[in-house]
Amino acid sequence: MFKEYLTVREISGPLVLVEEVEGVKYDELIEITAPDGSLRRGRVLEVHEDKALVQLFEGATGIDIYRTRVRFLGRGIEIGLSLDMLGRVFDGMGRVRDDGPPIIPEITLDINGSPINPYSRDYPSEFIQTGISAIDGLNTLVRGQKLPIFSGSGLPHARVAAQIVRQAKVLGKEEKFAVVFAGMGITFEEADFFLKSFEKGVALSRTVVFLNLADDPSIERIATPRVALTCAEYLAFYKDMHVLVILLDMTNYCEALREISAARKEVPGRRGYPGYMYTDLASIYERAGRIKGKKGSITQMPILTMPEDDKTHPIPDLTGYITEGQIILSRSLHRKGIYPPIDVLPSLSRLKDRGIGKGKTREDHADLFNQLFSAYAHGKEVQELAVILGEESLSELDRIYYKFAEIFEEVYVNQGEYEERSIEETLDLGWKLLTLLPQSELKRVRPEFIEKYLPKEKFTPERGG
Amino acid sequence: MKGKIVRVAGPLVIARGIPGAKMYDVVRVGNAGLVGEIIELKGDEASIQVYENTSGIGPGEPVITTGAPLSVELGPGLLTSIFDGIQRPLDVMREKVGDFITRGLDIPPLSREKKWDFEPAVKEGEEIGEGDILGEVQETKYIRHRILVPPGIKGKVRKIRGGSFTIEEEIAVIKTDDGKETSLTMLQKWPVRRPRPFKKKLPPEKILITGQRVIDAFFPLAKGGTACVPGPFGSGKTVLQHQLAKWSDAHIIIYIGCGERGNEMASVLLEFPELEDPYTGEPLINRTVLIANTSNMPVAAREASIYTGVTIAEYFRDMGYNVAVMADSTSRWAEALREISGRLEEMPGEEGYPAYLPQRVAEFYERAGRVICIGKDGREGTLSIIGAVSPPGGDLSDPVVQATLKVVKVFWSLEDWLAYRRHFPAINWLTSYSLYVENLESYLKKEIAEDWLNLRKEALKILEKEADLQEIVRLVGVESLSPKDRLLLETARSIREDFLHQNAFDPVDTYSPLKKQYLMLKIVLEFHHQLIKLLEEGKDIQDLLSHPLREEIARMRYVKNEDEKTLSDLLERVRKIGEVAHV
Repeated sequence: MFKEYLTVREISGPLVLVEEVEGVKYDELIEITAPDGSLRRGRVLEVHEDKALVQLFEGATGIDIYRTRVRFLGRGIEIGLSLDMLGRVFDGMGRVRDDGPPIIPEITLDINGSPINPYSRDYPSEFIQTGISAIDGLNTLVRGQKLPIFSGSGLPHARVAAQIVRQAKVLGKEEKFAVVFAGMGITFEEADFFLKSFEKGVALSRTVVFLNLADDPSIERIATPRVALTCAEYLAFYKDMHVLVILLDMTNYCEALREISAARKEVPGRRGYPGYMYTDLASIYERAGRIKGKKGSITQMPILTMPEDDKTHPIPDLTGYITEGQIILSRSLHRKGIYPPIDVLPSLSRLKDRGIGKGKTREDHADLFNQLFSAYAHGKEVQELAVILGEESLSELDRIYYKFAEIFEEVYVNQGEYEERSIEETLDLGWKLLTLLPQSELKRVRPEFIEKYLPKEKFTPERGG
Repeated sequence: MKGKIVRVAGPLVIARGIPGAKMYDVVRVGNAGLVGEIIELKGDEASIQVYENTSGIGPGEPVITTGAPLSVELGPGLLTSIFDGIQRPLDVMREKVGDFITRGLDIPPLSREKKWDFEPAVKEGEEIGEGDILGEVQETKYIRHRILVPPGIKGKVRKIRGGSFTIEEEIAVIKTDDGKETSLTMLQKWPVRRPRPFKKKLPPEKILITGQRVIDAFFPLAKGGTACVPGPFGSGKTVLQHQLAKWSDAHIIIYIGCGERGNEMASVLLEFPELEDPYTGEPLINRTVLIANTSNMPVAAREASIYTGVTIAEYFRDMGYNVAVMADSTSRWAEALREISGRLEEMPGEEGYPAYLPQRVAEFYERAGRVICIGKDGREGTLSIIGAVSPPGGDLSDPVVQATLKVVKVFWSLEDWLAYRRHFPAINWLTSYSLYVENLESYLKKEIAEDWLNLRKEALKILEKEADLQEIVRLVGVESLSPKDRLLLETARSIREDFLHQNAFDPVDTYSPLKKQYLMLKIVLEFHHQLIKLLEEGKDIQDLLSHPLREEIARMRYVKNEDEKTLSDLLERVRKIGEVAHV
């Protein structure tokens, strides 16, 4: 039995100060019994001689100074894992949330995990086909990558994520795969949307869902991504599965982090977020990857809503510094009715170079990518210019680029929510678009590829489609 | 006698009553024996920054001091290794404990079993002093690892023996002037926070060739110089650092991954054994030491990692080599400083960084330089440092950027808008600078061409003019410019797209020798001069803008590096376009 302390001295926000304790360790898990008998959990943030500062995971409502009992459990926060978790729904701390039976764990792991030895990492290079041209063609995702979606409130990130979950596959292989979904501070409706879409696409039986809803205690969110990733690591590295982890919404997570930092009266960094947020986020994002000699992999797709669509806000900024690229959704494309509204120019997949080309996608992919990209970038510049000067003042060549950028958005970026394009289709579509430009402008593709892939007929987009 | 922990807060542990505690001594913390360093002493209390995760550590646990400051092991076996921030070998760690990092391990950085062939360079009875070459070991095919007499030792060689030894076996005995005998092995230790001594510092005068056109031609770095690469995420800092690590003509590369992505280190580990060093034809890994402290590894070790790296670099510099250190990213190092400072409850300076940040940054970059090494042969070694900085939101007013700009001489400004246009390396040609151009002048003139610097000046001037003209174009349209200005715009475009833009992933374009760079720039500018002449003779601007040679100029980059003839021929033809037009 563990010693019980009745020595709570201070409660402020999610923080509880317990005195006259003995043998308490940093980062230890605690259990608190409130006067009404309800059980809460928390962890030790700091120990100073016989005082322990504890952070609660479930809010402090109903806790008092005199009758609250605290137990230190002598271990970190752990989660029991088993293959039976597939198809089930859990809360943000990993407790059963659906009507099913409790999980009988096969193994119990600390939710903080351990950093992967960089020497053990296998470089991600297997192309994942998402069936979305703007991703496959221009921001290719590979297994073991962490590629976030930077969104804004009101943008269809949930639909894009759900489409990726439905369609993602590695070509030519039948392998065990699973989806781990962690919802942090999302609304019931958002959660419901995902659950329904899982039912439709990848059978729900391949999915593990962890939900911390908007009305659940916010500090529980600190644990949610870690619980989910521990589950993902178990599936990937113990059970040889390819796991896609969706974390929605990291902005809510960071706000919870800020809440605790503020409660501890720490010196705030930019916009009040703690100075260690980079390190904290890294301890989540870096849990993606592949390990040499192991079959499974973890691919992460964190989703965050940028406050005021500002990419330099600390949350997207620090995320961008850790993750291997980003997919940015654009409000202006969304307004134009383009789905998915992926803003191709600032989006980036850092690991694409090893995932594309001969034997992975197709030999011409890299050249084609560069050409489409620079043509679209030039077209966008011309469009900006035209706003100031009027379309008439553009040179003939610029007018071609102007048009190109328009058609590119309507035909290439735009696609149906249930439309799945193979990589061949995506690449061929790219070549079709290049016929809109004079051939002398195709400087970034090798002549032999022009010979082989460029259609002889000029592309005419169907209108009104 | 042991000290006792009284407080644990993240990576900061406070302990009381450690006997003989000195500043910056390494201590073993708790029952798990975690590695830490004393960073503050207040009466009987010592603040310790712990290099490993402190979960599960609590008050009452013991703290033992090792009595020595944080040091690195130096000796044969460093090359091709991959270490964490406090020089634990990650490959050995994987063999011992598996794929995840575990705490409290005590693994020696260098192999104690491996035997090296030591060839003595001195004889018994010879007088030797600190820095003299005792002998050599062929560490990799092209790198001879020179075993030096450690600083502070001077005397007569009593005994020296060649043959196959481990790094702990005695190779020599020195009888010092006071009559004591000192036994020497190939293994030496040096505290990381203390710069290694040298005889004299000299101004740099040779270019560090990187094969990157925008750098070598426009903003060159000198051997022994310092450079910084700030840029927002996605602007290609890491690709640039990798390119420099691959193609720099340094003998030794120390690559420090400080608080960055694990997969990036994996890519270095994957590529470097495969890629050939363009100067020796050997795998690049054979001249490289990797320090990997990824962002999810303990934050305090990140703080130590850049010192670990630079100390190893100084050690190779002392052998008389040209060494280049790539630190990616110094912002993460500064954040580690900030985090520790915050836990110590120090008064914060700008953005929460400690007030001593600029001083620490300056001290780090000052460890670079071209020096006469200690030792009687007066050999010269250089140490160049290239630090990446990751300012929040790409904002250059960030304290780390500002502190860095105060001390470095080369500034390569990476910008995301260039990256969006897929102009790589995304170095802004208007805002970047190099203060080494003057130092390098005589060397460049001699080694490449008399007119090299003139070409550079002219090209930069055209680009500057382009920026001005574009303002006008934005307001009134390109049609309103004079034909001469339109030609200039076209040439500026050619400089940007055909010369500055370089594809890191193309097997040929990834590296350009200086000679090729010279010819390429020469061709672009000569073409410009010829067209201006034709224009003045009354040729139509439209014809000049779509001149057929443009196509060939655009493909110059793909001409094989050893094939100088194709470009010389092109230059000749460009020179003659006037004549052809007359026919």
